[in-house]
Amino acid sequence: MSEVRTKVPEVANGRGEAPRLAPDVAPGGANGREHERRVTIEVENLQAYYGSKHAVADVSMQIYANSVTALIGPSGCGKSTLIRCFNRMHEFVQGARVDGKVLLDGSDIYAAGVDPARVRQRVGMVFQKPNPFPTMSIAENVAAGLRFLGVRNKSEIGDRVERALKDASLWEDVKNDLKKPGIALSGGQQQRLCIARAIAVEPDVVLMDEPCSALDPIATLKIEDLMRVLAERYTIVVVTHNMQQAARVSDFTAYMLAAEDRVGRLIEYRRTEDLFTRPRDKRTEDYISGRFG
Amino acid sequence: MAVSTLGQPKRAKSLVNRFKPGDWVFTTLAGAAAAIVALVIVGLFWQLFAQSREAIGHAGIGFVTSTTWDPSHETFGVLAFVAGTVITSVFALVFATIIAVLVALFLVEIAPQRVARPVSYLVELLAAIPSVVYGLWGIFVMGVFIRDHFGPVVTSTLGWIPVFDGTPLITGLFSACIILTIMILPTVMAVSRDVIAAVPSSQREGILALGATRWEAIRIAVLPYARSGVMGAAILGLARAVGETLAVTLVIGNSVKLPENIFSPAYTMASVIANQFPEATGLHRSALLEVALLLLVITFFINVVARLLVWRVTKGQRAMVQE
Repeated sequence: MSEVRTKVPEVANGRGEAPRLAPDVAPGGANGREHERRVTIEVENLQAYYGSKHAVADVSMQIYANSVTALIGPSGCGKSTLIRCFNRMHEFVQGARVDGKVLLDGSDIYAAGVDPARVRQRVGMVFQKPNPFPTMSIAENVAAGLRFLGVRNKSEIGDRVERALKDASLWEDVKNDLKKPGIALSGGQQQRLCIARAIAVEPDVVLMDEPCSALDPIATLKIEDLMRVLAERYTIVVVTHNMQQAARVSDFTAYMLAAEDRVGRLIEYRRTEDLFTRPRDKRTEDYISGRFG
Repeated sequence: MAVSTLGQPKRAKSLVNRFKPGDWVFTTLAGAAAAIVALVIVGLFWQLFAQSREAIGHAGIGFVTSTTWDPSHETFGVLAFVAGTVITSVFALVFATIIAVLVALFLVEIAPQRVARPVSYLVELLAAIPSVVYGLWGIFVMGVFIRDHFGPVVTSTLGWIPVFDGTPLITGLFSACIILTIMILPTVMAVSRDVIAAVPSSQREGILALGATRWEAIRIAVLPYARSGVMGAAILGLARAVGETLAVTLVIGNSVKLPENIFSPAYTMASVIANQFPEATGLHRSALLEVALLLLVITFFINVVARLLVWRVTKGQRAMVQE
């Protein structure tokens, strides 16, 4: 596993592409930690299609380890399509295909000979609506992915289920009900169960596709807190239609927009604080100030 | 702007309840239709019971425990027919369900649309073929194949097992099993396909995102989710298999003896009624009606068991599933 270390400002300046696709560090805001971040996912000139429809064009960006990166933008801007390209879920739609490169710790997940199932073991996903498996208990739901890793030992499974539930701050709620069906939980608990299920396989990256859009405000806040905690161990990429959520939880924010041709493009990608306070692109400014969208 | 010449627009004024003829007619008609269905079932049970009372009194419990059916000596034992019905139906149920689920999975999970549509249509076409056509095909094509090719291979390789050690003929228990399997396949397949297609894609994506292969996704997420529906499909098929008469009558060989092996000629309850009813009088007729009563009771019992099974499986996974 190659480790790509890079100084953030150098990325921004060194490549010098317009629009600026790497988050830059504001002069006063830089501290030691943010100067140097490991790149987990590097996207190079990504194009995504549904049949003949070009859905996402020309995306190049770097996603940093142990941070929360938010993808925002109006409906139809391609943000969900883009995130689904990061773990090869995009290709499940009939006729869908991808051009370009997505490097996970330096290796291209679209290279020949790559098994998409193994990509997904390292890049997990949480979906818009909680989708626990209805025929499985809470514990079985969390353990569902372990068998694909070849984890068969009962006590190891038990340990990992417990750890994942604790990390998803669900353990206290369910520790006496592990044998109950997962769908007996409330919506917010179900979504935390799905997060526990995703992190039980110890992925590098957890993708979240509008994980709170089906939840009430209190459950939403819990998930947001959880994202912050999880970012200490995982790389989190979250799609959200909620700008406040992006501002609250993310370190970096990417703004996407589809122009008249209905092809989604990355407009601006920077540190969250900078994007919301000092947007460089007029379109970003219009969107975050609510003038359109 | 022009002033309206229509005066006050119509508004509700009174709160008093009024007579609503449409509601009354609808309620009455719907209630009557429901009552008719219930009455038909009760009437059917009652008539069959009343007309078979003579035979019930004559044979008593021996009717269901004896294998001797000899109308000329007024001996009526139906165990051989019950055995024929149960063996052929269960065989058809098991094999049709296995094939149907595989076909349904292929159509929903694997085949591209341009293949899935025509194949689906062809399988459903099987359901539209009249029973008598199946019966004739069973005799002239399938039966001959079983006698000349399939049967000899089975008896020479598996003949050391008693149930396979027989003389393959054109007609017999095995022919009936195969015909029934083919006949109930379209029903089971069509319902299974709809049930599997109704599994939310969020379930497939959920397991795939954990690193499942396509087969693992089917085994772990799709089939468990669909299992109650697939069981319902199988039960629909079983009900059809138990009641199917004409094609089975043509190919089963119509022997009143308990079958000894899979190639023995046999009989089913529905076939014996169809074959003998036109000439039956008196006690014989009453005994055939008792067979019909028994068939109705068995069908009823299957449906109750099926409902219990489906209820047990779905318990806890009902409305809470988010689509």
